[in-house]
Amino acid sequence: MTAQLEKTSAPARHYPRIPYSRHRHGPPSPNTPALECTDVSVRYARGDRPAVQGVTLAVPQGSRVALVGANGAGKSTLLKAAAGLLPLSAGTIRVHGSPPGGCCHRVAYLAQRGDLDWRFPMTVRRLVLTGRYVHLGWFRRAGREDLAIVERVLDLLQISDLADRRIGELSGGQQQRTLLARAMAQDADMLLLDEPMNAVDAQTRQVVRDVLRTLSKAGKTIVAATHDTHEIHVDFDEVIHLSCGCTDHAGSIEDVRLVHPRSGLKASVSENA
Amino acid sequence: MNWLVDPLHYSFMRSAFLAILMIGTTCAVLGSYVVLRRMAFIGDAMGHTALPGVVVAYLNGYNIFFGALVADLLTAFGIGWLSRREAVREDTAIGVLFTGMFAVGVLIISLHRSFRDFSGMLFGDILAVTHTDLMLIAAITAIVLLVLALFHKELELTSVDPSYSAVIGLRADWMRNLLLLLLALATVTGIEAVGVIFTSALLVTPAAAASLLTRNLFRMMILSAVLAVSSGFVGLYLSWYKNFNAGAAIVLTGAAWFVIAFVIHHLAQRFRRRA
Repeated sequence: MTAQLEKTSAPARHYPRIPYSRHRHGPPSPNTPALECTDVSVRYARGDRPAVQGVTLAVPQGSRVALVGANGAGKSTLLKAAAGLLPLSAGTIRVHGSPPGGCCHRVAYLAQRGDLDWRFPMTVRRLVLTGRYVHLGWFRRAGREDLAIVERVLDLLQISDLADRRIGELSGGQQQRTLLARAMAQDADMLLLDEPMNAVDAQTRQVVRDVLRTLSKAGKTIVAATHDTHEIHVDFDEVIHLSCGCTDHAGSIEDVRLVHPRSGLKASVSENA
Repeated sequence: MNWLVDPLHYSFMRSAFLAILMIGTTCAVLGSYVVLRRMAFIGDAMGHTALPGVVVAYLNGYNIFFGALVADLLTAFGIGWLSRREAVREDTAIGVLFTGMFAVGVLIISLHRSFRDFSGMLFGDILAVTHTDLMLIAAITAIVLLVLALFHKELELTSVDPSYSAVIGLRADWMRNLLLLLLALATVTGIEAVGVIFTSALLVTPAAAASLLTRNLFRMMILSAVLAVSSGFVGLYLSWYKNFNAGAAIVLTGAAWFVIAFVIHHLAQRFRRRA
């Protein structure tokens, strides 16, 4: 499936493309981790304490990592920072060797469903098509190959029958599948997923798990924040515990090893955390 | 059917019909974004804050178009500047600027002449549209529609999902500023038709009515333009035959379309619930 995506998404382009980001689409650096956080702290403008503090971790390319922890532990904040949505107050994040936002086309971010205006008059197909925009840039319309990719991901997530429905008419699970379809249409190398299994029906859960497995087999990196620890060691290679904005001092590394003894992942806590 | 053609024998009526055709289209198409992005308050404010610009331009013998444009651009940037660090919320910033600027306009008017001379600015004077005005309206219509067409996918995406657009490097605040700029341009034409007080009626009312009748953005834009232009035409005929104030007649016809759309929407929903 993903091989097909890549094949169709790289046709001969004869005219210049003007990317949205000022960073051009550079080639991937093969030996860098997909995501590398060094002593990362993020503080919201009105927060009295940092939402994320002193987090250091490295996610190798092609691995599946779950971020777990209670509400307010900093999972979403860390994902947003990695997606380039929040400025860091300290530390550095590297995504495939570039700063966050430095290679937008290679990172797909699945936000929590509330971030979207679901009342906007738009069909499911059109919303999924927005996943192709990063490859189009300014002034270019979606071509035949973009539309073909959209149809294929709709099919993969079993929402082809909803394609012409308005996004405001979807159930929670259908909304989640639509957003995941868009993330897939982007054909990114790394997917940052914020609570992909939160409040969805059993069918959606199964579809999402299957799709994540397919993506992982195709060599994509998956970092997901999740509450759901059910079968977490089947779906993920590594588990990182966050609590109060830090990788958990008492338990994180132990827990990671407990859950997954072959952990090659570095999760550490800064001294002052 | 002579009554339909009669007014068109006069060149000022022909100009008025042509002007409202272009103004209605521009304001209504842009208005779809204004309604969907919940920017109605800004649309209203843009009309009011143009007043000092219009008055100053009028008193100094410049075209009031440019006065309105300068004042609206200052408002657009002022709102952005005041609310940039979240110390002041955007609607608060709008509230402060909108009343402040409008008061400046009223003050200048009161220092010079009676309010009577300025009623055209407050309530519009579409029957007095000049050839130059028509040219300017045509230019603004072309600019606004062209920009909306060129940036359609970006405007749509930043409206529906600003955080995803930020992830792909498309800055939602830039698209918003672009929209404010277009809004400033459209408002200036709206002032020509219905005056500073009623401009938001052309921006918001037709689009709001259209949003009740269709669930597709493109169709909403078309329908909204049809409603705006038709209320403009009906308003002009009413002013011709019944001697109504043209601006008020246009606004009231638009409001009537909205009421009809609301009733249709309500009935359709009841019917769907029963079915």
